[in-house]
Amino acid sequence: MKKDWPLWEVFVRSKNGLEHRHFGSLHATDAVMALENARDVYTRRNEGVSIWVVESKYITASNPSENGELFEPAKSKVYRHPTFYKLPDELKHM
Amino acid sequence: MTENEIKNLEEIFEARIARDEKIEPKDWMPEKYRKSNIRQISQHAHSEVVGMLPEGNWITRAPSLRRKVALLAKVQDEAGHGLYLYSAAETLGISREEMYEQLHSGKAKYSSIFNYPAVTWADMGTIGWLVDGAAIINQVALCSTSFGPYARAMVRICKEESFHQRQGYEILLTLCRGTQEQKAMAQDALNRWWWPSLMMFGPIDAESPNTEQSMKWKLKRKTNDELRQQFIDQTVPQAEILGITIPDPDLKWNEEKKQYDFGEIDWDEFWQVVKGHGPCNKERMDARVSAWEEGNWVRDAAMAYAEKQHDKKLKDVG
Ligand SMILES: [Fe+2]
Ligand SMILES: [Fe+2]
Repeated sequence: MKKDWPLWEVFVRSKNGLEHRHFGSLHATDAVMALENARDVYTRRNEGVSIWVVESKYITASNPSENGELFEPAKSKVYRHPTFYKLPDELKHM
Repeated sequence: MTENEIKNLEEIFEARIARDEKIEPKDWMPEKYRKSNIRQISQHAHSEVVGMLPEGNWITRAPSLRRKVALLAKVQDEAGHGLYLYSAAETLGISREEMYEQLHSGKAKYSSIFNYPAVTWADMGTIGWLVDGAAIINQVALCSTSFGPYARAMVRICKEESFHQRQGYEILLTLCRGTQEQKAMAQDALNRWWWPSLMMFGPIDAESPNTEQSMKWKLKRKTNDELRQQFIDQTVPQAEILGITIPDPDLKWNEEKKQYDFGEIDWDEFWQVVKGHGPCNKERMDARVSAWEEGNWVRDAAMAYAEKQHDKKLKDVG
């Protein structure tokens, strides 16, 4: 029998009030082992208070070659930014 | 893809590198860039993993509980470093198993320093001081490497390395302030580890075939000779504090260049060790291969258990 352990992505919340952030990946047979390994590999120095693991194959990623279609339209929408609106200097608190 | 399209992509890629943009795993990259990264990152990972062997050997013989917990934590960190790096390499499409296979078959190299034996407790101090010290210089330079996952792994690793070097230096400081025999033990360790540590930076620039391309792609940020010089310049004063002598009669401060001149490195010895004829090459590989093979049934059993649990859950739901 020969079956390689699947890959998992690890997300860690470094302290309450902050979001979980991608820390890296590791191999484990199941979610329980992935959590245990994540604790040993990524939080040996109090780097976290909460861990999420998800098997890498369940992540759908956008393709960088489509970045043009995906992200460029936002570039021309300058009216979404406060600096687009010309207001007098005397105006305060806005 | 036509030749023209590839050329166009190559130009975009080179421009991104020139702008100091990071390259991420799914971005288009020249095949050679991918391969060079896989080679460099996996060899780095192998070095972390094989590097545990000379020190792991001393954990049970550490002279106090304080020394033991520190050494244990250091060796555990090195395992972690290996894992961060293997994961970074995997994002480029090589599997963990393939990388192990390359290590175990001798196809992939690891740092030649780990093919030297650690024969006394002073070696634990010297490895931390010099070997981790040299690794830090290498790794700090790599924190700005162009491949994102590699650079991120390096930042994490650099944060963890500093204690490795300090715990090693503290061991030597204690020995050097101890009895005559203890100090002699520290001197003996320095005599044996000094030259191999200088070799850790690799061949001189003129004879390093990959350096030029690696610098161009910002895979490497400083050349072997630059890093080696930096190491020597910062290490000499540290040896003076310990009161032990670096085994190089030609080592001398050069006031004009504001750096140390040093003697000829024995490159024949370096190539011998790289080619597999160092004092411990065989021992290290035997230890790795047997750990992998003897752990096989455990890995299989864990996988079988996980699958069984999974099937059981499905059945319960059904
Ligand atoms: Fe390390
Ligand atoms: Fe280290």
